[in-house]
Amino acid sequence: MKKNKMIERTIHGIFLILGLLTVGCVLLITVYLVISGIPAITEIRLFDFLFGTKWASTAAQPSYGILPFILTSVYGTAGAILIGVPIGFFAAVYLSKLANPKVKTIMEEAVSLLAGIPSVVYGLVGMLVLVPAVREIFDIPDGASLFSAIIVLAIMILPSIIKVSMTALEAVPKEYEDASLALGATPVETYFKVSVPAAKSGIAAAVVLGVGRAIGEAMAVMMVSGNVPNMPSLFQSVRFLTTAVASEMSYSSGLQQQALFSIALVLFLFIMLINATLNFFLKKEKD
Amino acid sequence: MSDIMTAKNLNLWYGETHALKNVNITIPEKSITAFIGPSGCGKSTFLKTLNRMNDLIPSVKITGEVCYNGQNIYDNSVDVNELRREIGMVFQKPNPFPMSIYDNIAYGPRTHGIKSKVKLDEIVEQSLRDAAIWDEVKDRLKKNALGMSGGQQQRLCIARALAVKPKILLMDEPTSALDPISTSRIEELAIELKKCYTIVIVTHNMQQAVRISDNTAFFLLGELIEYGETEKLFSQPTDKRTEDYITGRFG
Repeated sequence: MKKNKMIERTIHGIFLILGLLTVGCVLLITVYLVISGIPAITEIRLFDFLFGTKWASTAAQPSYGILPFILTSVYGTAGAILIGVPIGFFAAVYLSKLANPKVKTIMEEAVSLLAGIPSVVYGLVGMLVLVPAVREIFDIPDGASLFSAIIVLAIMILPSIIKVSMTALEAVPKEYEDASLALGATPVETYFKVSVPAAKSGIAAAVVLGVGRAIGEAMAVMMVSGNVPNMPSLFQSVRFLTTAVASEMSYSSGLQQQALFSIALVLFLFIMLINATLNFFLKKEKD
Repeated sequence: MSDIMTAKNLNLWYGETHALKNVNITIPEKSITAFIGPSGCGKSTFLKTLNRMNDLIPSVKITGEVCYNGQNIYDNSVDVNELRREIGMVFQKPNPFPMSIYDNIAYGPRTHGIKSKVKLDEIVEQSLRDAAIWDEVKDRLKKNALGMSGGQQQRLCIARALAVKPKILLMDEPTSALDPISTSRIEELAIELKKCYTIVIVTHNMQQAVRISDNTAFFLLGELIEYGETEKLFSQPTDKRTEDYITGRFG
């Protein structure tokens, strides 16, 4: 008896430590980012940093305005959501409600695979296929642009949107759908008027998750967006918050390096906000 | 009283399981017909063949005919959605939509193309009155229907079914999840409704069949064993198996 209790306690202890490890990592990263991100912001001044439109970190008269990056990240994410959400949403409705089991199995498999493709591969295919295509189709000097990045991001967020929406749609009690069909509504009317509204918090969570993925993506967008710190314009080369950090970190020093940490901090705050929103929707879904 | 529904040589399989065996029955209009029998006897399955809700289960195979107003409802030319509008259904577990009381009732009429607010208001009020729940909910039509008690939810579901102006109302053990007071309210309501509607009710509760139905059908192992006037079936059953069941020897 006593021995059993000892074992129980030990196991509890081990699990607690493992759990705390995760929390510890988050805390460590947060504290580190805040500490290393604040100095540059105070030196450049918050307003000039966030709303300055010129980033010239290596110029003789350096300028550290990250508004181009913030706007690029926001526009890029918004564009990806605008394209990815309708596709993902309808795909989720189709897969969870309409598709026959065989088609469903194959397509779900494909979606999982899409989720598993490393982002550098998305970038590579985007670089070799999408960028030249965009250049040809829109007749612009360089296809590496915000537009290309949006397309790549839209595809990258599809799996999260489809899977989370499907889970929510499949959790809708069959009784609701039966009631609607028994009133003479067609299956499609039933799915859109009863199932989707009943799953709306879950679908909202899927969208927010997509936003999180899009705003945090670095590698793929770096490869297709041209990586130039312009103010964003659809068919121009742009630089995202993530890529701003990634592309200069290796050779940066002094205030430039500190400013990169500040960018990371801004990105981190965006993600925190998105996570809070996500939790809000998931909690609502539970109630 | 004329017959509104007739089943002829109806057989139904769930995959390999022969769930309904050669059922023949005629259901008179503006009356209450009760289906009784032990669990798994096919009474609910048969009820669902009457508005083709079994179509939703992939492995179901049906032979024979179910005629509604002389038309075989399993004919290819039949519009299933229109059929289900005319033959409404109330389920075992109250299943209001997770929306307001008003929207629950208006759902059916809206689906069938009614957009006018005035018209919808009228239908909502009338349906709720017909289901004897208007006085309880008239001040909270915009509140979520899931906040109501189980008995109220079930009457709301009846009101929702009435809102599309059906001819027949199928009730699948509508009181099995309810307390005795809610049950008796639903029973009173059913008796009231048969003035205008044909009601077919599946029930586990033999007393309920005696209390409210005009005709009773006894099912056992997928077969319709005996069918006739409720009073007669319960007082002088012709089949030994019916007698054994209603006297409580099995079930």
